[in-house]
Formats: sequence, structure tokens, C-alpha cells
Amino acid sequence: MLEYVLFSLLNSLVLGMLLFMLSSGLTLIFSMMGVLNFAHASFYMLGAYFGYQISTWVGFWPALVIAPLLVGGLGALVERYGLRSLHKYGHVAELLFTVGLFYIIEESVNLIWGRNAVMYPIPTILDFPVFKLLGADVSAYRMFMLLISMAMFVGLYLVLTRTRIGLIIQAALTHPEGVNALGHNVPAVFMLVFGGGSALAGLAGVIGGIFLITEPAMAATLGPIVFVVIVVGGMGSLTGAFVASLLLAAIQTFAVGIEYSLTDLLALFGWQVDTSGFFRDIWRIQLSHTGPILPYLFMVLMLMFRPKGLMGKRES
Amino acid sequence: MTALKLVDVHKNFGSSRIINGVNLDVPKGERHAIIGPNGAGKSTLFNLISGFYQVSRGYIELNGHAITDLPPHRINRRGLSRSFQVTNIFPKMTVFENVRSALLWPMGYRYSFWHMCDRLKKVNRKTEEILEKINLADRRHIPAAMLAYAEQRALEIGITIAGDTDVILLDEPTAGMSKSETARAVELIRNVTEGKTLLIVEHDMSVVFDLADRISVLVYGKVVATDLPDNIRQNAQVQEAYLGKEVA
Amino acid sequence: MKHYLKQFGIWFAAVIVCIVLPLVFNSGFSRSMLSQMGIAVIFALSYNMMLGQGGMLSFGHAVYYGLGGFLAMHALNWVGDGWPLPLELVPLMGGLGGVVAGLVFGWLSTDRAGTTFALISLGIGELIAASALMLPSFFGGEEGVSANRMVDTTLTSFRFGQQIEVYYLIVAWMLVCIALMYLQTKTPLGRVANAVRDNPERAAFIGYNARVVRTLQFTLAAFFAGIAGGLFAINYEIINAETVGAIPSGNVLMMTYIGGVGHFFGPILGAVLVTLMQLTLAGITHAWLLYFGLLFVGMILWAPGGLAGLIMMHEPVWKAGLMSRLLRAYAIIAVPALVLFLGLMTLIEINYHLSLSVNPDEPMSLFGISFRAQSPAAWLVSLGLIGIGFFFFRKAQRVVRRSWNEVAQQMKGAAIQ
Repeated sequence: MLEYVLFSLLNSLVLGMLLFMLSSGLTLIFSMMGVLNFAHASFYMLGAYFGYQISTWVGFWPALVIAPLLVGGLGALVERYGLRSLHKYGHVAELLFTVGLFYIIEESVNLIWGRNAVMYPIPTILDFPVFKLLGADVSAYRMFMLLISMAMFVGLYLVLTRTRIGLIIQAALTHPEGVNALGHNVPAVFMLVFGGGSALAGLAGVIGGIFLITEPAMAATLGPIVFVVIVVGGMGSLTGAFVASLLLAAIQTFAVGIEYSLTDLLALFGWQVDTSGFFRDIWRIQLSHTGPILPYLFMVLMLMFRPKGLMGKRES
Repeated sequence: MTALKLVDVHKNFGSSRIINGVNLDVPKGERHAIIGPNGAGKSTLFNLISGFYQVSRGYIELNGHAITDLPPHRINRRGLSRSFQVTNIFPKMTVFENVRSALLWPMGYRYSFWHMCDRLKKVNRKTEEILEKINLADRRHIPAAMLAYAEQRALEIGITIAGDTDVILLDEPTAGMSKSETARAVELIRNVTEGKTLLIVEHDMSVVFDLADRISVLVYGKVVATDLPDNIRQNAQVQEAYLGKEVA
Repeated sequence: MKHYLKQFGIWFAAVIVCIVLPLVFNSGFSRSMLSQMGIAVIFALSYNMMLGQGGMLSFGHAVYYGLGGFLAMHALNWVGDGWPLPLELVPLMGGLGGVVAGLVFGWLSTDRAGTTFALISLGIGELIAASALMLPSFFGGEEGVSANRMVDTTLTSFRFGQQIEVYYLIVAWMLVCIALMYLQTKTPLGRVANAVRDNPERAAFIGYNARVVRTLQFTLAAFFAGIAGGLFAINYEIINAETVGAIPSGNVLMMTYIGGVGHFFGPILGAVLVTLMQLTLAGITHAWLLYFGLLFVGMILWAPGGLAGLIMMHEPVWKAGLMSRLLRAYAIIAVPALVLFLGLMTLIEINYHLSLSVNPDEPMSLFGISFRAQSPAAWLVSLGLIGIGFFFFRKAQRVVRRSWNEVAQQMKGAAIQ
């Protein structure tokens, strides 16, 4: 039991930090520009694939640096030549554009790398157990992932609070018109933020693609969860995204191991339930099988009872 | 009897205190103007009365019933309508449709999806009447976004009074108008608010003194004076608020 | 009077065309495609009730389509067991499923508009799609639910065994739904839905609770989506969890947007065109989804009004009799556009062949020309086509712009006179 809890905690932490890497970029972009980038997870996917490809050519460590830069550059181009011309049509048009982008990136990945998953293995340097926890191995790669995500978190925090550009970004988070009036080149800042956010997603992809799987469907599976994270955390709040990422990762990780159903829960209290009626499925589902719906259930409940999210400041 | 009453109304945004204890008593049928320097909080006050903002303290009554915590649409249904400082019409609909849409609820059609709007004779007739009043009858098929500015302001007033509510709030209705346009607007306002209670925010003093039965002066979120127009003109505090202290 | 004649004339012509189409295109494939188009038209129009009229962008509209379809499929089984509901009215059960779900989820979603609404719809869509596999008694598990549409209880004497009979049933429902949805735009609710879309603040001040308006519009849209789902059930006789999922939701969004959200008939165009493309293109090239994505993005960037918008943009020009000027310019730009497209297509097809075919060395064929995908000549040709096409396209764009300016001047001049 203790082993289960500890390992689940560790896994939740790793997964949660990965989710945060993804959602932080999205939150920044959304807060600054009001644009919800539907294709954000697609940039994550591109990061994984670029990372994979560059790894096979020159190795993992160069890939770790080059792939996110490539993705960031792509993001900046998308903003400059795509999104920018759509600002005047409003947020719905921008959102739809990113939907189209999602399809194009997905199909292009299919086109270039094929429809099957690619073998993107843990780099041999990191493929060893770093310590034992309660008798089972903990791999170095997970520690590495944690390290990178912590570094990213700290780096982001420092940039936002200590640098000039960070202050401008913070100001533009709540008062974009004011920032423009002060003479800052807001379009250039937008491009920077979009590119930066995409680069973060790309970085998450480079390391996440090894940990999870690298296949063309990865954007479609991870994408909605990232949206759940930012809705639950509160649109526009980085701390909220952090908390929500860890929370959702924990929920999913823990649920997978719990094989009890509602019937079992009620039996604990001594209630017998007739499990043959119209709703028999609901009584009998084991929690471990509900994994896929838990995030969405959480999101819908959150939207019903606390639409601002855990720490939201700004709505669309 | 009092149409609109504000008692000790406060509004804070975070630590900024915008409205600092406003008391107002507007009797039925009065035309009451609110004036004051920029930033005094006039639009905020309107937003509080019409339900867009929640008061931080105090309460508001409409015809004796508390409306402090009601949402805007409920306040409207109880008999208060307002116009907006920044023109707030339905840009993609025609002039005719704009006015007609303001009549649907008051004339009882509510959320109906089984009536055909074009066949509602009474509604269409009333729409025509209002279009005549605001002088836009020959522009009826033009999308509202394509009207000239003064015409849009007239349309805004038309939409506001269409529902025949007892209490009307007009937020700087003549903003940006030329002298002749303003004169026409004042005539229109006088016409359509016959027998109704009017609360009007204005910067144009000629309009204020022309229309108002009484004037309240709002400075830094507080009403410093409420009186007949002539007395306000001569009030030293008011002069100071507008013109500042004399340089010694 | 003339106005009525014109309106009824269009309806009459449309009915005749619908009746005649499967007789002209009488292959099994065509009739099946026509049936799918009919269903798609209802689905897309229902989507536009929300997007175009209500300003609500939903990523999960297939929930109401699919739930309606599942309910209708169960109903079909009950009818087969003796329930006294004629087959022709089974789509109403679909509508019922749509309404119930629409009311519940609509009320939950409509507190917000814009991006938050879109996200909620995505969440609900994913929730339902994921639940489908967990509730096998309603959703039938992996294989889904199936039924036999050849039942004894029918209103007409048709047995509905043949595709053409099903087509006529679909078309009858389609025409009824189009009429109802069109009329709805002219009702108080329809008008106020537009008002709430454009200016929810103002709508509150003409007495309307924006949330109630949106919920009602949502529920009506879900009703029609459910009817489309019911027709789906009758048409295919099998339905599974995919039908409530992201693919049909994304599809209907694309159809409606490509057709044009600003005009009532836009989604009709989009549904017909996209269904046509999906069914024919998918057989020709593996890359059809990529072409789709490119078309979609292209429309967003350069023709946000969709096809309907493009067509209606020319209405005043047509009325002023100045179309010929524009047509000349369009003819000029068509050539480089075609060249550019051919180049892109060749490049894409080459890449698909290289990455997806079993033996990439084997020669592929395009327009009857057989060549090896890796040959440098193939790449040079495609890149060359792209380059040349793009260059002349930019030049031709100026010609088109000039034409439009001339035409606009002429029309303004005529108006002043």
C-alpha cells in the first residue's frame, strides 16, 4: 500500500510537471493575447518528433536544445503570418485558425514520419536506476525530467519577474492597451510570447516523447487534458496551472490503481444496490477504468460550481 | 413618490474607492441631471444602478423595491432602461430590427420561437411610431453599423425608450454631437421622456440647464450638491470643483 | 407577390432537384453519397443555429447528433419488437434525445460565451465520448448498437430496404428541417439570439436573460442535430461511440465554416461540398485530410465568410451588371492558381508515397504519368511549379484587386447618380 502511494506520488509529480510545462506556455499565450491555441499540443508533438529525428542524427543533448528552438521559431512564424492578420476578426477566428493548424500539423506528421509510433528511447546515459525506493528502482530519466521541468519553472519565474521583457509581459497580461500606449512594440512582444510558449511546449515534447509515447495521435490525446488543466487552474493564472497540473496528474495516476466501483463503496456502508437496472453500468464501473473521463468530469464540475477555476483572474 | 433611491452607495475596485457614499432621491416624473468633472464616477454610478456592477455597500431602490442585487435584465423588466456612453446598438441588424427587438419582451413575446416577427402587426406598428419619433424612418433598412454617428445616438435613444419603461437613464446622449445635432437630440429627449423619470449624465451644460428639473453634482464619488439648476449655477463648492481653487 | 413567387420558386426548384438527383446519379455509390449529404445538411444547419446565429462555437456538437442517433437506434429495435412507432417518425426519437441532452448540457455551458464556452463543449464532448465505452447497456460497447430498418410499422408503403427509399426519407426530413430552421431565424427567439450574439449587454437591457436565450437556441440546435442522428441510425443501421466523438464534431465545424456562417444557406453548401470531397477524395489520395486542413485554414485567412460569403459578395456586382469585368480578372488568376495547386499537390503526393506506401521505390502515378517518387526530377518539377505558380499568382492578385476597385468605383458612381 505504501509502495503504491509513494510510486503513484512520484509518477504524479513527474507527469504533473510535464503537464505544467505544456500548460504554462498555453496560459501565457492565452493571458497575453486572449488566443487559445488549439494547436498547442501539436507543438508538443512537433517537439517530440523533432527531438526524435535530431537524436537519430546527432544525439539527444543537441536535440534537447535545437528542437525547442525550432518549434519556437515555427510558433513565431505562425503568429507573424497567420494569427496577426486575424486579430481584427476576434478570438473565435483566431481559435478556428489554430484548429485548422492542428489538423495540418497532425497530417504533416503522418506524412513525414508515418502513422505508427516511432522508437524514441531513453538516452543510454540516463537509462539507469538512480536509487531504490522501498525496494524498487527509480530511473534516472524521471529525475532528469523533474530537473528540467523545475529548471524551466524557475527560469520562467525569473524571466517574468526580473527582466524588463518579463515586466512588460506581466503588464500586458492585464492591460495590453496600456502597454501599447506606453510605446512598447506589442506585436513584437506577442510574437515573442507565442514563440516562447510554443518553445516550452516543444521542450516538453522532447523529454515527454520519450517518457510517454511518440505517435501522431499524441497531440489529440494530450491536447484536451491541457485545456482541462488551464480551465481548472483558472484561465490566465500560472500558479493555478501549476496546481491544476499536479492535481490532475495525481487524480489520473491514483485512479488507475483503484479497482473499486461505486457498488463496493456503498457496500462499505452496508448498502446493497440492485445492479441490474437501467443504470447498472454506472454502479459497476471500477474507478480504475474511469481514467479517461476523470479529467473531463472534473472540468465540467469545476465549470459548474466555480467557473473562475481554482485561481483564475481573467475570463475570455 | 420616489422613483429611484440610492442610499449610502459605495463601490470599490480593489483598493480604489470610486463611489464613496452616494445618496440620491429622484421623485417620479423628475428630470434629474448628474454632472461632475471627469473621473467623478458618473458612469460607474449608472453601472451600479443598472446592475452591471455590484455595490460594495448601500442599497438601491426602484419604485420602492430593492434592486441592489438584481441582474441587469431583471432590473430592466422592473421598469428601468438605460442608454450607453459608447454607442451600444446591434450593429449587424437593420435600424428597424434594432428598434423592434427592444419591443419583443415588453410586448409579451418573450422567448417565443413559434411567432413570425414580420407578422406581429402591433409590434411592427409600434416600431414604425418609434422610428418616426427618432427621425430614422427612412433609414429603416440600413444596417445600424452604417449609420452616421448622430443617427446611431438617436437609434440608441430609440432602443432605450422603446420598452416604455418608467425610469430612463441616459449616459451622455449628446456626446460628440454638433450644436444643431445636440439641439435636435434635446428635443427628442424632451419628447420621449414626457411623464417619465429621467436620470441623465451630461457634460454639455446647455443641455443640462435646458432639460433638468434638478441637478446633482458628483465629485470624487460623492454628491456634493443636489439642487435646482439656478442654485447649482451659483454654488461656490460646485464652481470650485469645476474650475479649481483660484491661484492666490 | 413577386417576392413570394420568387421564394416559392426557389423552394419548388429545390424540391424537384432533390427528387431528380438519385434518378440521374443512380449508382449505389452516388445514392449513398446523396443520402449522406442530406444528413450532413441537417447537421450543419443545426450547428449554424449555434455558431452563426447564436455566436456559440462548439467543439462537441456531435454529442447531440450521436446521442440522438443512439436513442433512435434503440427505438428502431423497439419498433422491430412491436412498438407502434412508424419508421418514418423514428428520427423524432433522435430529436428527443438531442433535446434532453441539449437542455441539460446547454444550461451548463451557456453561462459563458466565447472561448470558455468552446472549452466546456470540448470537455463535455470528450466526457460523453469517453463514457460511451463505459456504459455498454446504452452505447453497446466497442461494436456499438445495430438495428434493422425493414420493420413492419410504416406510414407509407415503402419497405426501406433500398438505398433510394432511404434517400427519399432523408430528403423529406431535410426539406422539413430546412424550412423549420429557416423560419426559426425569423421568430423573436431567433432575432434575440442574434442580438445576444452581437451585444449581450444591450440584450439584457431590452429585457432578455442572455443565458436563457442561449440555452433555448442551444436546445433547438440539439433537437435538429438529434434528428440528423436519427436519420444516420436509419441509414447505416449501426452506430458506435465514434459518432458522439471528436471526428464528427470537427467535421461539422469545418463544413459549416467552409460553407459560410453568415448566411443561412452557407452550411448547406458546405455540407454538400465537404461530403463530396470526403467521399471522392478519400478514394483518390491519402492526403485528403491535409488538403482539408489547408482549405480550412485558407478560408479562415482569406475568405472568413466562407463560400456563401464569397458568393454574396458578388451580389451587388451582379445586380449592377458588372460581373464580366471581374470574371476576366478571375480567369487570369485561375491559371497561376492552378499551377501553384498542382505543384503543391505533387509535392504532397510524392511525400505520401515515400512515407506510407509499402514499397517507396515502386513508381507512383499522377495524372497518368508514372514516375519514381525519389527521382530528383519529380522534386524539381513540383518545386518549380510551386515557385512559378506563386510568382505569377502574386502578379495576378494585383489584377484582381484593380478590377474590384474599378467595379467599386463604378457602383459608387452609379449610386450617386
